Amino acid sequence: MTSPDAYRIRKQPFYQPQGNEVDLYEAAYAARLPVMLKGPTGCGKSRFVEYMAWKLGKPLVSVACNEDMTAADLVGRYLLDAGGTRWQDGPLTLAARIGAICYLDEIVEARQDTLVVIHPLTDHRRALPLDKKGEQLAAHPDFQLVISYNPGYQSLVKDLKQSTKQRFTAFSFDYPPAALEGQIVAAETGIAAALAEQLVSVAQAGRRLKGHVLDEGISTRLIVYAATLIVHGIPPADACRMAMVRPITDDADVIDALNHAIAAIFD
Amino acid sequence: MAVPGIRNVADARQRLMATAESQAAWTALDCGFAAVADVFDECWAAARQHIAPAERPAFLDAARTIGKLGRGAEPLLAFLEGWPRVVATLALPQSAILPTLMDSIRRLQKSPNAPAVTPLLQTLGAVAERLRSADALADYQTLALDLAERTAGSIHGRQTTHPSPALPNFLRQAPRLLGLLSLAGMRRWIDSGIRLTSPHPEQQRAYFALASPESRALLQREREGTLFADVERRLGLGLAALWTDDSPLVPYSTAFAAPGLRPYLAADGMRLPDALGTLSGIDGLQRYRAMLAHLAAHRQWSRPLVADNWSPLQRLAVETFEDARIDVLLLRRFPGLRPVLLALHPQPAEDACDPERINSLRHRLTCLSRACLDADHPYTAVATREFAAGLHALLADGEASTRAVAELALAWAARTRVPSDQYANVHFADTEIDYRDDNRHLWTFIEAGDEEDSFDPPPTLAKPERAGLPPRHYPEWDGATQSFRPDWAAVYEALHPAGNPADIDRLLERHALLARRLKRLLDLLKPQDRVRLRYQEDGSELDLDVAVRAWTDWRSGRLPDPRINVSHRTNGRDISVLLLIDLSQSLAARLPGSEQRILDTAREAVALLGWAIGELGDACAIAGFHSNTRHEVRYHHIKGFSEAWDDTVKARLAAVEAGYSTRMGAAVRHAGHALSGRHSEKRILLLLTDGEPADIDVTDPDYLIADTRQAVETLAAEGISTFCLSLDPNAERYIGRIFGNRWRVLDRIENLPEQLPMAYLNLTR
Repeated sequence: MTSPDAYRIRKQPFYQPQGNEVDLYEAAYAARLPVMLKGPTGCGKSRFVEYMAWKLGKPLVSVACNEDMTAADLVGRYLLDAGGTRWQDGPLTLAARIGAICYLDEIVEARQDTLVVIHPLTDHRRALPLDKKGEQLAAHPDFQLVISYNPGYQSLVKDLKQSTKQRFTAFSFDYPPAALEGQIVAAETGIAAALAEQLVSVAQAGRRLKGHVLDEGISTRLIVYAATLIVHGIPPADACRMAMVRPITDDADVIDALNHAIAAIFD
Repeated sequence: MAVPGIRNVADARQRLMATAESQAAWTALDCGFAAVADVFDECWAAARQHIAPAERPAFLDAARTIGKLGRGAEPLLAFLEGWPRVVATLALPQSAILPTLMDSIRRLQKSPNAPAVTPLLQTLGAVAERLRSADALADYQTLALDLAERTAGSIHGRQTTHPSPALPNFLRQAPRLLGLLSLAGMRRWIDSGIRLTSPHPEQQRAYFALASPESRALLQREREGTLFADVERRLGLGLAALWTDDSPLVPYSTAFAAPGLRPYLAADGMRLPDALGTLSGIDGLQRYRAMLAHLAAHRQWSRPLVADNWSPLQRLAVETFEDARIDVLLLRRFPGLRPVLLALHPQPAEDACDPERINSLRHRLTCLSRACLDADHPYTAVATREFAAGLHALLADGEASTRAVAELALAWAARTRVPSDQYANVHFADTEIDYRDDNRHLWTFIEAGDEEDSFDPPPTLAKPERAGLPPRHYPEWDGATQSFRPDWAAVYEALHPAGNPADIDRLLERHALLARRLKRLLDLLKPQDRVRLRYQEDGSELDLDVAVRAWTDWRSGRLPDPRINVSHRTNGRDISVLLLIDLSQSLAARLPGSEQRILDTAREAVALLGWAIGELGDACAIAGFHSNTRHEVRYHHIKGFSEAWDDTVKARLAAVEAGYSTRMGAAVRHAGHALSGRHSEKRILLLLTDGEPADIDVTDPDYLIADTRQAVETLAAEGISTFCLSLDPNAERYIGRIFGNRWRVLDRIENLPEQLPMAYLNLTR
């Protein structure tokens, strides 16, 4: 059996709480309630899970979901080897066995019929039936399921079924307020607070265009990237263009408007 | 003996002039017009001032020639009054420009356009001020002569006998045109004008008098600098990004609005000029952005004041102080705008005007405003420095308020007031601050509107609206000039009137056999959403049955089948198709040897196709079009993408009738507009037509073909594929030029109901 230690977080991840989410999560974990994290991309959902796993001292199994993922990818499958067939646990089964926090990132990317396999683990049963193997796996007492998704995703096809949604408690994340976001960027990368604030105001200019022409605002993650580039000696305006403008859009007018915002904000 | 009411010609010649030199010149002019004699002294004085002594005989010589053209006193007056100004403006010896002018006059005089000499001379001074070089002035005259030649009418093509209707209007508009266009732009504008209006003298007159909408639209296209329409989206996005402000941006016409109109805040949006050139090294886009930033900052930080108790002087001071406060706050938030604002803000020299003699109020305020924005300002006046510091002190901890700044402004006005502030002679140079608005939002008037009397006419009832949507305007491609004619075709979209849906059901019943055959085909094509692919070497899962068999084979020494995995594949059709039917009059023709019209057959075919596409599950819309000149392209909505294939749709299809012409390009563009909103992987525009593009206001058959081709290419660039099904047996002649290889001629019209759905299935298989 795989050792839980392989999945432990050894170093404290940097996480700046925005409110009482740490306490709430601890309470949810104490009751082993499944947790759903909602929020725009790059606002710190994954970082929060890492931080909580570290704080609670539990192993963390992360799965990035995608369109082609099948139930077998989550639960496990038979493989062939010299002696015949061999069962290989999937990440979900593994987490349930070793008592880890299983984190399914961007869960709406997976197909809805695939996601039904998580249902028995998320209600009072806390069990995972492995029908192909003929095993009824009872989840380890430490096991908890966490999923994340981005409700602003511009797609009518991709959404969670109500029957899936209603198995979770939920946190709603958003980009932190400007002052706090500046602190986060400064603490994460070590740039000066004033410069961090300017970067945040560029990002906010971009976020105001969300819904107009952009599907998503400029995320905290991209601000951190820009700050990292600045730490490596790139001039701030160039760093902003590279990390915060070009990744998010191909629309020449939007690029132009954001470049103008950068020019207006940086002296 | 003198007859009362008739001037004696000899009188004017013998008029006495003020000086001996003037008298000699008058004699040399040999002119009998009393009107000229009245003003000759002043004209000669101006000529003496600007024309070198050696060149004055040539000037008089030219004047004499013009006086003897037989066109009355007007051309001579225009020349005598205007020419010295031309020479002074160009700062060139007269000999460099006069021969060209005389040559032009001679050529006009020999043609039927001789009356145009007067407007030519009348506007020459203003034109010279715009052009400012001898070469440009010569080019301008060539342009005018060329226009005269190309627009003069001829009878039976033998020789030009009718004067050009365009030339006099053009010459009168020339100064305004050159204020907006370069010579090259003017040449293009003239070319377009001649081509568009060539057989119609009335249209020509209107075009060159800038009275027709297309003339203004084409003028706008040739404008120098940055056009508002080109940057509107960028400006709007910038405004939203920096100021969280989504006010609509509305352009006002700089060519036709009152001169001196500034940007302003109106209740329904921010008003900006429709074109801006480069100023002080700042390009049009940057100027627009500076204006927008200033307007948005006003909206954020300014509050209106009651204006009634303040004098105009005080109000001007308050406006300037408030503008300065807004700009300081603006630069505090966006320091990157500083270079642009400072470049656009004039920096008048401190001693540029004499406050003893000239009203220096604007000058003082501009200096003060500069001092507020620019820490390195050169001004030494105590009041300027003190009040600039005062403003900064006010803003040291916070945004202050309009009211607080108004107090400061009133103190400034009281402190620096001088008697000359009442003078009418105002120093204006260098006091226009380009990016600032007219501050109309800053004032409220209590008194205004108190009057009970209202002389406004009672509001008239609004005109009943046309059914359907307001028109959408589309440009048209002019193959001859390789350019778009702006907003050329007006497309009216409306729901098609409904008929009896049972007719369509009856049609479908008649083709029941064909429908059954189609259905079998459709079932084959219909996608299964998720398909299991067995016998794969690589796959997502082990196919246990096959794996066990392979294992058994291997154990028993046989070669095992390595394809033991299973994988899944989604198999979806993601297609949006818009079927666009040409409903022009030719569709009403009868099929040879039958009572049925082509239209009826087409209707059957479309009904079957609509049904088939619905069965297949593809998103489908149906529309028809015809046109009656470019002002009325009708686009009939028959079925929308989200509408089901039900009785409403069938009723509209049943009522389809043929009429008018085929302006295909505009309809294709409009259909593309509808398709561009779809997010399908494949977007198809299927065009069913029975002939080539044509309309009654177009004489050149290639024009609409080139335009349609351009429309199809534009759609292709957007990822929309166009396919044409033509019923015209002679379509090969032109259809390839429009659709490339994406077309097919359906030769046997009677088989259309069968061919059309099959063609679609083959296209999308």
